[in-house]
Amino acid sequence: MIGLVRRDLTLALRAGGGAGLALVFFLTFVTLTALGVGPRADVLAPVAPGILWLGAVLACLLSLDRLFALDAEDGTLDLLLTAPLPAEGTAAAKAAAHWLTTGAPLTVAAPVLAPLLFLPGPAVPWLVASLALGTPALSMIGTFGAALTVGLKRGSLLLSLLVLPLCIPTLVFGADVVRRAAAGLDPSTPLALLGAVTLAALAGLPFAAAAALRINLR
Amino acid sequence: MDWGVTDLTCRRGARDVLTGVTFRVGAGRAVRLTGPNGSGKTTLLRTLAGLAPPPRGTVDAPPDAFAFAGHADGLKGQLTVGENLRFWAGVFGADPGTVEEALDAFALRPLAGRRAADLSAGQTRRAGLARLLVTGRPVWLLDEPTVSLDAASVEAFGTRVARHLAGGGSALIATHVALGLPGTQALDVAAFAQAVGASVADAAFADAIE
Amino acid sequence: MSLWEYANPRKFMALSGRVLPWAWGLAAALCGVGLVWGFFFTPEDFRMGHSVKIIYLHVPSAFLAINAWFMMLVASLIWLIRRHHVSALAARAAAPVGLVMTVVALATGAIWGKPMWGTYWEWDPRLTAFLILALFYLGYIALWSAVESPDGAADLTAILCLVGTVFAVVSRYAAQFWNQGLHQGASLSLDAEENISDVFWQPLVLTMAGFVALFVALVLVRTRTELRRRRLQALTVQAQAA
Repeated sequence: MIGLVRRDLTLALRAGGGAGLALVFFLTFVTLTALGVGPRADVLAPVAPGILWLGAVLACLLSLDRLFALDAEDGTLDLLLTAPLPAEGTAAAKAAAHWLTTGAPLTVAAPVLAPLLFLPGPAVPWLVASLALGTPALSMIGTFGAALTVGLKRGSLLLSLLVLPLCIPTLVFGADVVRRAAAGLDPSTPLALLGAVTLAALAGLPFAAAAALRINLR
Repeated sequence: MDWGVTDLTCRRGARDVLTGVTFRVGAGRAVRLTGPNGSGKTTLLRTLAGLAPPPRGTVDAPPDAFAFAGHADGLKGQLTVGENLRFWAGVFGADPGTVEEALDAFALRPLAGRRAADLSAGQTRRAGLARLLVTGRPVWLLDEPTVSLDAASVEAFGTRVARHLAGGGSALIATHVALGLPGTQALDVAAFAQAVGASVADAAFADAIE
Repeated sequence: MSLWEYANPRKFMALSGRVLPWAWGLAAALCGVGLVWGFFFTPEDFRMGHSVKIIYLHVPSAFLAINAWFMMLVASLIWLIRRHHVSALAARAAAPVGLVMTVVALATGAIWGKPMWGTYWEWDPRLTAFLILALFYLGYIALWSAVESPDGAADLTAILCLVGTVFAVVSRYAAQFWNQGLHQGASLSLDAEENISDVFWQPLVLTMAGFVALFVALVLVRTRTELRRRRLQALTVQAQAA
């Protein structure tokens, strides 16, 4: 399983893997939002928590359609399912690799981008905490969606349609953590709920994703 | 290893392609699957590999006995041949020494540091077959293994399979090429072919007359 | 004789054929009486005027929008556990009906909202929850139509239905939490049952029963259509083979 994570990371880092793309997308998204909304701090600051979290959700969505599709095309997925590693492990490893190439860099980069949207300073640590706690759920949900649509020829649009509604609780709680922190309120309640959603997703969704993989490769 | 299947039904999609498949393969023996295109050779191999659960019948072998090699080789173009094999060795829990052995067995040593994307079709195929060795599993399920191999490589592959058999392993091979393996039986898949359209699911609908 | 016998397509067709006219009749009678009673023979609310009468469409459709999803959940579980094809097809048949009910609930809510709160749309937790429910219906229907293998589609959509149920419930509470976080205290309750008197309640029960009968009839018709479609496929393949 660790071997699979390491291989996916190597693939992402080699040419054509596109590890930094999610980060570049995040930066572009934030920039375009500021350009679209206007440069004034009193307009940008209230929406900054939502924009930053929305950017994270969309950036996580970017590479999902290739998560299993490439492995399905070259036969790797067939071979992985006949390997001693259970399909649940394959799904969890894929989600972990996805998080390490999208969620983790976003979490690290977020404090740099937050001032661009005039997010108040005290809220920045909470932004990092909420992203660190919430983005694993996004990767796991995305892996489930990718497993559902792996057999489809034009699955990427459907994938977004399936994955985005499932991201609602994470988005709501994650953005609320930052919003409360920015308003000087105690953000620990939404942070705990965010963690609960992530833990539940990590506990349950590998099984659902594995079932979907087995059905799709039948 | 001695193994067999009894009264196996193989399903592809919603259709039962083969029914009543029964055979035994002794240790050190190879069975060659024959039959026209679309007769269900690949479906049988995928069922045995555990990718398609059989609706009926039993497979008398531990589930981790089979190593499957299909049309696709499962190689990543951005990784070198050596990295690809080491990855599969890790997934199958084999010790790294088997990778060196596999590289030698398929004359891949000079290519070990090359990216898989830069290999020719025949070289890719050889790297894909080398993966069988690092799985360390006794029963090889081979689907058209000699496609895009030249005559010398086919012969070398035949020798390697013979060595696997001599070591007590066995193989089920769907191929149109004679590999020159001693004591190979032939199994005509067409004998188990199921009439088109008589799948279990659809039969229930066909007589749902109001 | 077990209930599961009706999972056999043939038995289902026979039974549903007999039940269907009754379901239609019941739906027409209950909806007709309930709506006429509700629209013309109930007093106007002293606060809301005649606009209150939209509850006779709004509440039953909202009730069914949620319960259609639960029916799909149960049908999906039956399919996953017992592999009855009729069950999978019934889940597929219920989804568009549930989506229409959700849209009707949202639309009537918007029309009612305009005279009541002066706005068509308010991010009230309950409204938001219904919007999210509509998204889940859309994803479910899209997945059904995207997968070619019928059994594969049934399996995948059943899994999506299970996972989606959990996330839809969590989203519903997230929406409640989120709005409360936005504007404290300011609450526009859509809870019609809370402050409703008997005069309005009796015709409402009739229309709700009528909508349930309508739902049953629509799902039966759609399930029968799906069954016939599968039968046509099976017969075509058999004819080709012969």
